[in-house]
Amino acid sequence: MNLFAQRKLTNQIALSLSMAAMAFGLFWLGWILLTTLQLGVTGLSFQLFTQMTPAPGSEGGLLNAIVGSIVLVGLATLLGTPIGILAGIYLAEYGRHTWLGSLTRFLNDILLSAPSIVIGLFVYAIYVARVGNFSAFSGIIALALIVIPVVVSTTDNMLKLVPDTLREAAFALGAPKRIVILQVTLKAALPGVVTGILLAVARISGETAPLLFTALSNQFWSLDLDKPMANLPVTIFKFAMSPFQDWQELAWAGVFLITLGVLVLNIAARVLFRSKHKL
Amino acid sequence: MQFPRILATVTLILGAGSALAAEVTGAGATFPAPIYAKWADAYQKATGNKINYQSIGSGGGIKQITAKTVDFGASDMPLKPEQLDKDGLMQFPTVIGGVVPVVNLAGVKPGALKLTGPVLADIYLGKITKWDDKALKELNPGLTLPASDIGVVRRADGSGTTFIFTNYLSKVSPEWQQKAGEGTAVQWPLGLGGKGNEGVAAFVQRLPGSIGYVEYAYAKQNKMTYALMKNADGQFVAPDDKAFKAAAAGADWSRSAFYEILTNEPGKDSWPITGATFILMHKTQDKPAQATEALKFFGWSYKNGASLAAQLDYVPLPESLVKLIHTSWGQIKDASGKPVQNGL
Amino acid sequence: MNVPRRPKRRDSSNSWRTLNVTQDLMVTGSPVGSHKLGDWLFFNLTRAFAALTLVLLGGIILSLVIGSWESIQTFGLSFLWRQDWNPPAEQFGALIPIYGTLVTSLIALLIAVPVSFGIALFLTELSPVWLRRPLGTAIELLAAVPSIVYGMWGLMIFAPIFAQTVQPLLSGTLGQLPLIGRLFSGAPLGIGLLAAGIILAIMIIPFIASVMRDVFEVTPAMLKESAYGLGCTTWEVVWNIVLPYTKVGVIGGVMLGLGRALGETMAVTFVIGNTNFLSSVSLFAPGNSITSTLANEFGEATPGLYTAALIELGLILFLITLAVLVFSKLLLLRLAKQEGSKS
Repeated sequence: MNLFAQRKLTNQIALSLSMAAMAFGLFWLGWILLTTLQLGVTGLSFQLFTQMTPAPGSEGGLLNAIVGSIVLVGLATLLGTPIGILAGIYLAEYGRHTWLGSLTRFLNDILLSAPSIVIGLFVYAIYVARVGNFSAFSGIIALALIVIPVVVSTTDNMLKLVPDTLREAAFALGAPKRIVILQVTLKAALPGVVTGILLAVARISGETAPLLFTALSNQFWSLDLDKPMANLPVTIFKFAMSPFQDWQELAWAGVFLITLGVLVLNIAARVLFRSKHKL
Repeated sequence: MQFPRILATVTLILGAGSALAAEVTGAGATFPAPIYAKWADAYQKATGNKINYQSIGSGGGIKQITAKTVDFGASDMPLKPEQLDKDGLMQFPTVIGGVVPVVNLAGVKPGALKLTGPVLADIYLGKITKWDDKALKELNPGLTLPASDIGVVRRADGSGTTFIFTNYLSKVSPEWQQKAGEGTAVQWPLGLGGKGNEGVAAFVQRLPGSIGYVEYAYAKQNKMTYALMKNADGQFVAPDDKAFKAAAAGADWSRSAFYEILTNEPGKDSWPITGATFILMHKTQDKPAQATEALKFFGWSYKNGASLAAQLDYVPLPESLVKLIHTSWGQIKDASGKPVQNGL
Repeated sequence: MNVPRRPKRRDSSNSWRTLNVTQDLMVTGSPVGSHKLGDWLFFNLTRAFAALTLVLLGGIILSLVIGSWESIQTFGLSFLWRQDWNPPAEQFGALIPIYGTLVTSLIALLIAVPVSFGIALFLTELSPVWLRRPLGTAIELLAAVPSIVYGMWGLMIFAPIFAQTVQPLLSGTLGQLPLIGRLFSGAPLGIGLLAAGIILAIMIIPFIASVMRDVFEVTPAMLKESAYGLGCTTWEVVWNIVLPYTKVGVIGGVMLGLGRALGETMAVTFVIGNTNFLSSVSLFAPGNSITSTLANEFGEATPGLYTAALIELGLILFLITLAVLVFSKLLLLRLAKQEGSKS
């Protein structure tokens, strides 16, 4: 076979495998979503959004868990994202060769793989055990501690990928460094940074372990940040592991809601932060 | 950014409302979690007070009440009186339930397989490895048992269910007592570890030739194939609330600190793997108001919650025992030494 | 200073960015004064947050070391190769959890990295433009599924089918080969190390694939066009141009995925079987992982040696991550040396 035909064949094999990979990924997605839908759709009803988590054998919904999760995830993202982005900016723009930058990046990479349960236990040890009660606030801290490494890492990597020529062009026009970073570099890297934030949000929306020892959960409605707060993952965990049919249906309905919520968030953020400038 | 302002306002309004209603937090055993949830639900409708109970495991309940992060803890394993004194705790039982061995054997219906304590222990020790072992055949002459391996399933996580089960095995098998002992988590000689009762149930239902142990509610709700057990009186009994009640009837609760484990109790109808579940509270309360609310809840539940408990296959406590429990609440005092209000 | 305003240009079709900054500079006059303060403030703000991150992360690691001190003192290095895990007798050894964590994560990477690469390739080169966003979002949706669902789905739906179809197939084919055959022997339980590894792979594909897709998209078109202009096939462009350009980001994405795999708790604990002894080398056997042990036992652990041993397991996980990280950094250094690094 001559070289040209060989290269062509390699190309075709590689591209077919790539399509197969795509199909492989979509297959699992389809299967899991189908299962979730099958099991959760029976639990879906209007009262899912209007009633609180019930005792077994009673009617109920997931309202307190849904609102609790929104509060916990929302506040944790609000807390962790600015810290993560600003630290990421430091790492990529100012601190590439400083000791602070290198050390932070190093520890950050280690903590990316921290089991979420370890973070939950850490917050338990330093906050919950000291204060003497489980609280939504400690849950927010635990979730934020999971968000931060992800956001720092993706911000750092994305900013580093922006070509220096862009920065140099901005400097050449006389822009001060912070303007260069905020209005040029960050904007160029924005889709990637947003991906990082969305990945972090998707992750903490479904995290059970860190909340088990911090925010615990609540059978009732509560928006008090200083008390245990109901949340979807722990509620799903509890209900799914129970022997009661009605609780199990609610659990799968909750799973469906989390997946749907993150999907909607993804789409909305993509639409809002669509980069109008392609390099 | 209107959202934070809205959130703050809503929190204030709701916070103001809930300041009138008490909120008590408890955590511990998974075994009684459904009935505590049901009682709490009914109690909230009746009085407006919220008793938030979360199941994190018996060991977790003991740990958290000792750390004073919750108002009461719950454990299927009663603490020994010395342990209670060391941590300044007191305990009292709330409901009674049973642990049931379940199997997955083709052609074997629920309630068909007969087992004894020593045989069960030998299976979990790995001494009896096949279903057509002599010991099993002797107990079950009417069944055709396959020549396959026994797949042993046990709990991966710490649990009061495990405590009741291993306590029973320790009582009936000296070898088990020596090799593994009793506890919420033990060094299992063999077996797959399922997460929670649900995990064990899932493994047993899916793996042919397997055996596991679950709380009665799981066996009943999932219509699992349970086995009959030979009790201390030599009778083979099926697990149901009558059998659990019979086991509880023989117990002597006047012993100190209600340290009573209901396994292998005498009585011809008794189920041998029965246990009570306990509430743990501090004897000296830093937050007497919370203790009062918690005790009021339990008092209400003893009085009004019996039918709810029966609905979920738990056995409510006999009246005589409830009286003893009420008396024991006098131990709970505030910092100045005055007994807290308990609504009685 | 009276400077005529330049007309504002809202020309977004231009691929070169227009800076309105120059207008600001011209209008406000000398740029040095206020901007110097602003720059100094911004620099210290970002530095402060980086320091905060360092303190938080360092605090976690420090608390792990302090918490596990009792166990380190009692067992020393032997903790790493002891096999028994006996809470009542207070004998602990980390070999089996470590083995389970490493094996499942390795399997996950072996499956997820090629698949993610294929997906990223598809999304950036092959797929029609209108399909890119939806397909990309679909893959990211895999990350939206809560980890506990992977566990429950894995146990109740995947495991039975795995036991009935794939496992017999594997033991029939790969299981017959001389050396690696022993990896695929044993009863098809449906759960165990291999099942946990596969489920982990599915979980980390969206992380690795979306980062790969993002870095592939940022490759300058000019580089790719030059290669196409020389007559390269798509595959050659991706393998020889895009991948080397983006290797830092790709390795970052793989690290992200690996981190997730090493630290995943709920999904693993449902399907790994939670057995604390190694019965065989087979991947079909049940095992245990560090995170699964932590999740199952921490709530119950009595303070003292038991808790310290569990915390030491967590510390070991961090050390494993550290080792992997150092390895990847060395790898990157090696690769950069071969081509002369960018700044």
